[in-house]
Amino acid sequence: MKLLTHNMLSCHIKGVQNGFPFKIEPVKVEQIDADYDPDFLRHIYPRLEWKALCEAAATMGAPGLPEEVTEEMLQDDDFLRSFHHALLELVLEEGSLVCPETGRQFPVHKGVPNLLLNEDEN
Amino acid sequence: MLREHIADVRLTHADRDVYDPSDDSFALVDALVKAAEGWHDTPPRICVEVGSGSGYITCSVALLLQHLGVTAHCIATDINPAALRATEQTLHAHNVASRVDLVRSDLLLGLRQRLHGAVDLLVFNPPYVPTPDEEVLRTGIAQAWAGGYRGRVIIDRFLPLVGDLLSPQGQLFLVTVAENDPEEIISIMQQHGLLGRIVLRRKADEEHLSIIWPIWDFVGENQRGQGATHLTGLANEGQHFHMCAPFLGR
Repeated sequence: MKLLTHNMLSCHIKGVQNGFPFKIEPVKVEQIDADYDPDFLRHIYPRLEWKALCEAAATMGAPGLPEEVTEEMLQDDDFLRSFHHALLELVLEEGSLVCPETGRQFPVHKGVPNLLLNEDEN
Repeated sequence: MLREHIADVRLTHADRDVYDPSDDSFALVDALVKAAEGWHDTPPRICVEVGSGSGYITCSVALLLQHLGVTAHCIATDINPAALRATEQTLHAHNVASRVDLVRSDLLLGLRQRLHGAVDLLVFNPPYVPTPDEEVLRTGIAQAWAGGYRGRVIIDRFLPLVGDLLSPQGQLFLVTVAENDPEEIISIMQQHGLLGRIVLRRKADEEHLSIIWPIWDFVGENQRGQGATHLTGLANEGQHFHMCAPFLGR
């Protein structure tokens, strides 16, 4: 699971108000090479919760993303490359996602998060 | 030819607990190949398949995007772990495993909040076979086809999500059979602001397949005076759908 997917997940247990973002508890992180596409990054940026991405990247061993992003930065190659790396090249292979409100853990195994709920959580 | 850039059935992972690619899957991919003609001009950036099964369809999407040089984020979900393993194997066999993230989920639970208004391409080949309702609750391969009364139980859970998920340029591809009453499905979509169209009809064995490919009803939105929402001004972007009109009624 890439951090772009992490940025799109939230806890959906019935009654949970603040189920985003999942805290990542990494056990195994892999790095992959993804195609670098500045247009894609600029397109996807408004859809992201930036703070969640920064925190997730730091947890996965890639700290240093700036807290704020400006229009100029979205034209800056150095920034875009670090953004690209955090978003698309860090993969959580094993570990868990922890709901920020309830502490419920969702396991990630072989890169696949399991978001299914138990019957009493629906 | 885009047709050459889809998944190879021989490289699609087979598993006794997973639905193999069949006529419905092929019809859906045919519709996607046609739609992909427009992806160079209007690239889908977030693509989601619900219930990826063998992975044949998601893999075809990933290959088409790769061939067109379109960077997109693809997510495939399934409730059945065997299906997710099969999808992973199929992607791997086509060298596109790193292009799709897999999530084990029931439809899009856990994803729908954050994907609100963000999905450019949404694909669903649902369990559409009419069965007794209780069969819908079975696990394993039955989940791939058991659709309950009129084959609509899962489709009807999915339909209310569509309008929330699709981006202003968003496109849905949904497989149905005659027993599902595609015309009624289209009228339900209309209540969510989507103009349903059947882009492909095909008779396969005992099934009359229809692929529903709705578009946002921009005209209707404006006429109802709701045009001041996020859809305003996007009518032009909607135009490219109409260029695909020769595909209608095939």
